[in-house]
Amino acid sequence: MSATPAVEIDGVSKRFRLYRERNQSLKAALMRGGRASYDEYWALKDVSFEIAEGSTFALIGENGSGKSTLLKCIARILEPEKGSIRTHGSVAALLELGSGFHPELSGRENVFLNGSILGMSKRELERKFDEIVHFAGIEPFIDQPVKNYSSGMYMRLGFSVAINVDPEILLVDEVLAVGDAAFQDKCMEKFVEFREAGKTVVIVSHAMGSMRTLCDQAAWLDKGTLVEVGRADTIVDRYVDKEHGKDVGTGPATTGSSRIGSGEALLTDVAVLDRNGRPATRFRTGDPVTIRMGYECSERVERPAFALALDTVDGMRVWAHHTRDGGPDIPFIEGTGHIDLVVPHLALQPHTYDLSARILDHTLTHTYDFVRHCFRFVVETGDVRESGGVVALGGRWRADLSSLPSEAAV
Amino acid sequence: MSVVADLKNSRALLVNLTLREVRGKYKRTLLGQGWSLLNPVATLLIYSLVFGFVLRVPVPVGNPSGVALFPLYLACGLLPWTFFSNALTGGMNALLGNANLLRKVYFWRPTLVFSSTFSWNVTFGIELLVLIVAMLVVGAMPLPWIPLLVVAVVLLTVFVLGLGLLLSVANVYFRDTQHFVGIGMQLWFYATPIVYPYSLIQDQAARMRADGNDFPLEFLYRLNPMERFVSVFRAMLYDNTWPAWQDLAFCVAAAAISLVVGIAVFNRTQHRLVEEL
Repeated sequence: MSATPAVEIDGVSKRFRLYRERNQSLKAALMRGGRASYDEYWALKDVSFEIAEGSTFALIGENGSGKSTLLKCIARILEPEKGSIRTHGSVAALLELGSGFHPELSGRENVFLNGSILGMSKRELERKFDEIVHFAGIEPFIDQPVKNYSSGMYMRLGFSVAINVDPEILLVDEVLAVGDAAFQDKCMEKFVEFREAGKTVVIVSHAMGSMRTLCDQAAWLDKGTLVEVGRADTIVDRYVDKEHGKDVGTGPATTGSSRIGSGEALLTDVAVLDRNGRPATRFRTGDPVTIRMGYECSERVERPAFALALDTVDGMRVWAHHTRDGGPDIPFIEGTGHIDLVVPHLALQPHTYDLSARILDHTLTHTYDFVRHCFRFVVETGDVRESGGVVALGGRWRADLSSLPSEAAV
Repeated sequence: MSVVADLKNSRALLVNLTLREVRGKYKRTLLGQGWSLLNPVATLLIYSLVFGFVLRVPVPVGNPSGVALFPLYLACGLLPWTFFSNALTGGMNALLGNANLLRKVYFWRPTLVFSSTFSWNVTFGIELLVLIVAMLVVGAMPLPWIPLLVVAVVLLTVFVLGLGLLLSVANVYFRDTQHFVGIGMQLWFYATPIVYPYSLIQDQAARMRADGNDFPLEFLYRLNPMERFVSVFRAMLYDNTWPAWQDLAFCVAAAAISLVVGIAVFNRTQHRLVEEL
């Protein structure tokens, strides 16, 4: 990677006008003496950083943090009020696929039209035409009007034209989720090809997992100001830690949980306790935790069993356990009380998890009470971090150096 | 000026956008490009019927061509006007109509106004060829004036481009623009000697002078650049003679002023364009 920046962003501020009453009629303008009443909104506030040539750069932040605005400023679609953006090399922006397609024209005509909008010459387009059509996989339909295309075909053709523009700096906004899995793989391959050719790619996305592996550098924006710039993995981890659980709401579920059971024994409160025995909703990988289930019985319940299950917030079953497997044999329960599951090391990777709890009879066939997703908690990066997935196995790398070729030791 | 460089850089795009406009205009119609001829022919027939047959507008005799046919006299003024009117309306809506494109891709924005205008140039060119053939059929000889005719078309194009650039941004900031222009164009049409000869205005002015009214009717009437353009086109196509040099000079000045003002306004106001769309 060379040290010369591909994009220099210097003190950029961008203001939007939020009109109280949109001043687009002349009458309104005349009545107000030509002055529209509007509120100012600074979408970007004094943002400065550089994007090195050949890097794959991620812009991350919440919705409304200004990252898309910044991308549009780099693409010259918007002009910043203050500051300057210098780009070294040709720029192409993938902000929306197939924008500029004319529905009545054929795919062929649209390839030439869209290509020239993106800055390709006719000769270049003629040379790349077959490749573009092949990449999109729509050879039989290329002479049909694009309005007859399925939305997938439309997007694929749009992406295919854009990716073949072959700019020195490519700006991408949330278009990674195009088409089916096979096409997505092709897109990823194309991005990697791009990076290997020493081109600069700037990506705005919410897919943190792919951003972490795809990008080498990242900038984190929050409400229009720059929080941090640096290595993508570090920044993404910090961002994920901060954001996780902020919106989803943690703790005992207020909505979305469902409950079934005959009701002789009821779960009163289910919580996860931290190392100090206090209920908490944020933990780190490797933390000692205790899961506590409180119960209340309306009558004496003989030989009950308690069960727990853990799902990721997107619905994958991660783990389940009940007292009949290695738990104490509980002869009966009466009145109120609680039962704990002590976990010495929380072997979960950073994510948001939902806990479900159940009281059953000893045959595990009759349910007294079952509350689905009754408690939500967040796991953040701990001292040990593992690269991906949901569970942290806690494995350690070991290389048997004596088996390596001797050249490696030189 | 950087405008020339920008125009050169976006040449390929300009060609493709113009082709899009031309091809897209009559897509899915049975007659296709035939409509670009049928439309003016229909208008010609209607106006000939109303103004030539019903209202009996005097038909000027072409000097020296000797042609005295109202539909052809009308066509020599109506075709430049129709081009002007279509190109102006098209240019005015070029930015708003392509809002989606402007929000997603950067390119030199005036390209949209240019391509819209140029697509009407294609139609205008075809119409002029047909008109020239018609003039030849009735015995006139407009062929020697074709090179100068091309110059006149270029001047009219430049004139309408400037206005189009101006109105295209005005229309983004004030959506009322298009409606005002709609009314204005009707007024402008009748303020230009298209369906009636200029001699009627001269008669009226003479009558007013005789009544002791010194209102400068002719002077004001001739300030209208479209009057000059129509005179230039008529001189060459209908009369088969040199256009008056004052008229030609007026056209050059009008075109230059229009373009300079149009570009200046466009450049000054375009930085917030995308947000206002």
